[in-house]
Amino acid sequence: MNIYVLMKRTFDTEEKITISGGQINEDGAEFIINPYDEYAIEEAIQVRDAQGGEVTVVSVGNEETEKQLRTALAMGADKAVLINTEDDLDYGDQFTTAKILSEYLKDKDADLIIAGNVAIDGGSGQVGPRVAELLNIPYVTTITKLDIAGSNATVVRDVEGDSEVIETTLPLLVTAQQGLNEPRYPSLPGIMKAKKKPLDELELDDLDLEEADVEAKTKTIEIYLPPKKEAGKVLEGELADQVKELVNLLHTEAKVV
Amino acid sequence: MARKIIVLGEVRDGSLRNVSFEAVAAAKIASEGGEVVGVLIGDSVSALSGELIHYGADRVITVEDEKLKQYTPDGYSQALMAIVDAESPEGLVFGHTSLGKDLAPKVAAKLNSGLISDVTGLEVAGGNLVFTRPIYSGKAFEKKIVTDGLVFATIRPNNISPLEKDESRTGEASSLSVDIKDLRTVIKEVVRKASEGVDLSEAKVIIAGGRGVKSEEGFEPLKELAKVLNGAVGASRGACDADYCDYSLQIGQTGKVVTPDLYIACGISGAIQHLAGMSNSKVIVAINKDPEANIFKVADYGIVGDLFEVVPMLTEEFRKILVNA
Repeated sequence: MNIYVLMKRTFDTEEKITISGGQINEDGAEFIINPYDEYAIEEAIQVRDAQGGEVTVVSVGNEETEKQLRTALAMGADKAVLINTEDDLDYGDQFTTAKILSEYLKDKDADLIIAGNVAIDGGSGQVGPRVAELLNIPYVTTITKLDIAGSNATVVRDVEGDSEVIETTLPLLVTAQQGLNEPRYPSLPGIMKAKKKPLDELELDDLDLEEADVEAKTKTIEIYLPPKKEAGKVLEGELADQVKELVNLLHTEAKVV
Repeated sequence: MARKIIVLGEVRDGSLRNVSFEAVAAAKIASEGGEVVGVLIGDSVSALSGELIHYGADRVITVEDEKLKQYTPDGYSQALMAIVDAESPEGLVFGHTSLGKDLAPKVAAKLNSGLISDVTGLEVAGGNLVFTRPIYSGKAFEKKIVTDGLVFATIRPNNISPLEKDESRTGEASSLSVDIKDLRTVIKEVVRKASEGVDLSEAKVIIAGGRGVKSEEGFEPLKELAKVLNGAVGASRGACDADYCDYSLQIGQTGKVVTPDLYIACGISGAIQHLAGMSNSKVIVAINKDPEANIFKVADYGIVGDLFEVVPMLTEEFRKILVNA
């Protein structure tokens, strides 16, 4: 089984977010594997262990992304590929990323491609389905279970809390929802082995892509922080009176009930 | 610049979802005086055309086929692409729902188009159509514009006000016949878990429980309150991890992002991951025994107390005023 994982390096949104020069301030911030992509990596490893084959983790990013790719290798992936766009692109959107990934994947004969359903930084959730469409293969998003038998797959999809049981065939792209599995932590031997595993670096040239082929269709013109919330009102007095006051406030002041 | 905008109306259990009316309102802004064309896809949806027009669509096109009874990306994209081919619109607007999130990127890839997802506001400013959307789990916002090609957006439920319903509005309702074939994914079964009552992502009121709820049974008083307020029940990761409830209820950085009018957090400490999923709610109420709990920092109103005492009292009080109303 030839398995690919699409991974993104993301800003850890548990960090405090500040803005400098119109951009999110990344100085000293912690970067992580997008949490939904961790489910994707774990699932890929489990499928490989059950079915045989190889897991390749691919990321579009910059040199810094090597660190997260090494972590994926330490978890148990076999190979990693960094498509480094640092020198070629100032700005990309989901059109850009999907185009690059699909150009990379188009001649790889992938049986299974797994991605996170959304990245916690940009939060658009587009790249998985876009890549599937560009490769002309079926996809199922936000999955919580994956069973593969031969070239058939049975997938459970989370649909706003309900579950759909979906039958489809390989080659297939799926995107991981929380609950799919429990991602493992890299073990110490895993970390040692990861240092020797192949991590290839490519640029747009290597994919026969010109900047114009992947030029973004949208543009961010401003980034800002939400207005600071004023401290709320903690009610006082007898509990029964507090409850009455709260209901009154919600009904007459906030008018939400 | 006047545009023709296609809006996908989403049908659930035989009714149009609220987010579809919000999408019509968004399309109206995006059209800048052009035309808003509603689209309904399903096995039996044409009866809903009028309602979409009452909410502001100029006309409605329906595609009906037995194979479109359930949503599949292949079936819906075939129907939608047939309409796009026939209409040549300048833009599309879907809801940022499970369906919209799944379908829009596929259609955008087919059309070689950009897509601005999870939009919470849009306006025409300085000659541009400017979209606002949350990033970094709602801790920041970005404003985006389209630089090339179609104006394509999915809009987050509960953020853009629908237009007032006007039953005197009329418009043409037509149907398009599309040969739906080669569906590569087949839905074998749908297991309903969350849909008792109100859908979490569209709920105007959410009552959420955390570790303080202590058990599966501990959610009962929350469910009672939700019933009285016609709201939905949600949960923190702590409550889900402790098996008090299903993961489908989880609100937070992993889990659902919600923006109801009223969010009542019961026994939730307010971990930063949870705040990421709910801090943009319009009014937040915190009920917690611990006066130092982080949740009080984002709450508009707080009660320091035991949720098992406070929540039933709240239910009673709301019942009284809502009966009188």
